[in-house]
Amino acid sequence: MTFKSKLLSNEEVRRALTRIAHEVIEKNKGTEGLCFVGIHTRGISLARRLVDLVEKFEGKRVPMGILDITLYRDDLTEIGLQPKVRETRIPFDLNGKAVVLVDDVLYTGRTARAALDALIDLGRPSRIYLAVLVDRGHRELPIRADFVGKNLPTARSEVVKVKTQEDDGEDAVELWEMEGA
Amino acid sequence: MSQSATPAFPKHLLDFRDWNRTQVESLLETAQMMQEVLSRPVKKVPALTGFTVATVFFEPSTRTRLSFELAARRISADVVSFASATSSTTKGETYKDTLRTLDQMGIDAYILRVDAAGVCHQAYAWLQKPIINAGDGWRAHPTQALLDAFTLREKLGSLEGKKVAIVGDILHSRVARSNAELLPMLGASVVACGPATLLPGSLPGASLTTDLRAALAEADAVMVLRLQKERMDKGLLPSLPEYVAGYQITEERLQWAAPRAPLLHPGPMNRDVELEGTLADSPRSLVERQVANGQAVRMAVLYHLLVGKKG
Repeated sequence: MTFKSKLLSNEEVRRALTRIAHEVIEKNKGTEGLCFVGIHTRGISLARRLVDLVEKFEGKRVPMGILDITLYRDDLTEIGLQPKVRETRIPFDLNGKAVVLVDDVLYTGRTARAALDALIDLGRPSRIYLAVLVDRGHRELPIRADFVGKNLPTARSEVVKVKTQEDDGEDAVELWEMEGA
Repeated sequence: MSQSATPAFPKHLLDFRDWNRTQVESLLETAQMMQEVLSRPVKKVPALTGFTVATVFFEPSTRTRLSFELAARRISADVVSFASATSSTTKGETYKDTLRTLDQMGIDAYILRVDAAGVCHQAYAWLQKPIINAGDGWRAHPTQALLDAFTLREKLGSLEGKKVAIVGDILHSRVARSNAELLPMLGASVVACGPATLLPGSLPGASLTTDLRAALAEADAVMVLRLQKERMDKGLLPSLPEYVAGYQITEERLQWAAPRAPLLHPGPMNRDVELEGTLADSPRSLVERQVANGQAVRMAVLYHLLVGKKG
């Protein structure tokens, strides 16, 4: 892959997350019943960041879980490699909660679809929101995000890489071009 | 979402000859995740939707077959069951013809139990589909060894440097053979112990002894095997009381092992024969945990042998 450009800097990622945290509080009218669930891998780091921001703004720590959607993917029979099954841990009761599902990039919508199925198997939230740092378009399913850090129209030949301080040592969103595209 | 892939896995689980430590550890990690699935209110995930697996048991079994069937259903595979007692094999049909007939029905993987060693290998040659050995003669029972390793890791942490004593009828035990193959791969040493008439000439992966005290000395875990009473008819044991006197695992003898060394048994168990009945129900016993873990391990095996194979 070839690097093309940096789409969001460290500061811009921070601002986008701050705005999302405010929007979540606004939409939920506070923190009552609120919880965050991060989708592996970078969705977890971003969800943690949002939980910290909500606590900073509202003075209350809301619960957070982590979700792996591997066993819910709809392409498991088609792919050549076996994806690694990772940890799912929701250490609180989802029933009646307003869940904010957090992922780094919204693309085809298939991950979000799988995450909804996985979440519903774990309990019955009163409401599920979707928060993403980047929406790059090219949806294959009728899914949209409730909270978006940045809308970034892309070509299918391009790859959007989200980096986080926790996983990569820096916060950034980068655009790469696939080889041979 | 970013996703990483597990190492490439063999296309079957006949024994551990084609498996390496990385693959086994990755499978055990997946089993850990399957445990989480089994703890949910909805104990089912859609990963194997569209796959059909067949449990083909030419030899009777209840717990292994049920464990596999539940595992397959928990991961959303369709399951068909075949038991030789109610099949055309009673009319003389061969293993090969039976399996090839089933294969025309769109089976994606076979869970096979046979009384003769080597049939699972043959079945893979005939069908070229994932075959999971659910016990073949005295030779191998790899998913039992995997669930034993999983249970031991859960209890002891890493198996690196640990000593596992296997006690009982080693000669006729496919469980002992598979554990002797698998546990050293994960860093453990295995000593197999029983009366001389119930020990094989050699057991790859394990040392052999008739001295129970030596076998149990400093053992980090003790695995007790069922004494197959029918063996006594063949003159392999002088008498049941004599076996009990020499080799039964009792509270007192368990003191020879490391403090709090857990106790395993693949079942079915003859209480107060190979194992003092009270020990089976004691906090040191992992017998019920082994059964519970069996399902998670088998879910992981099915996942790794089937997912990605149509790509």
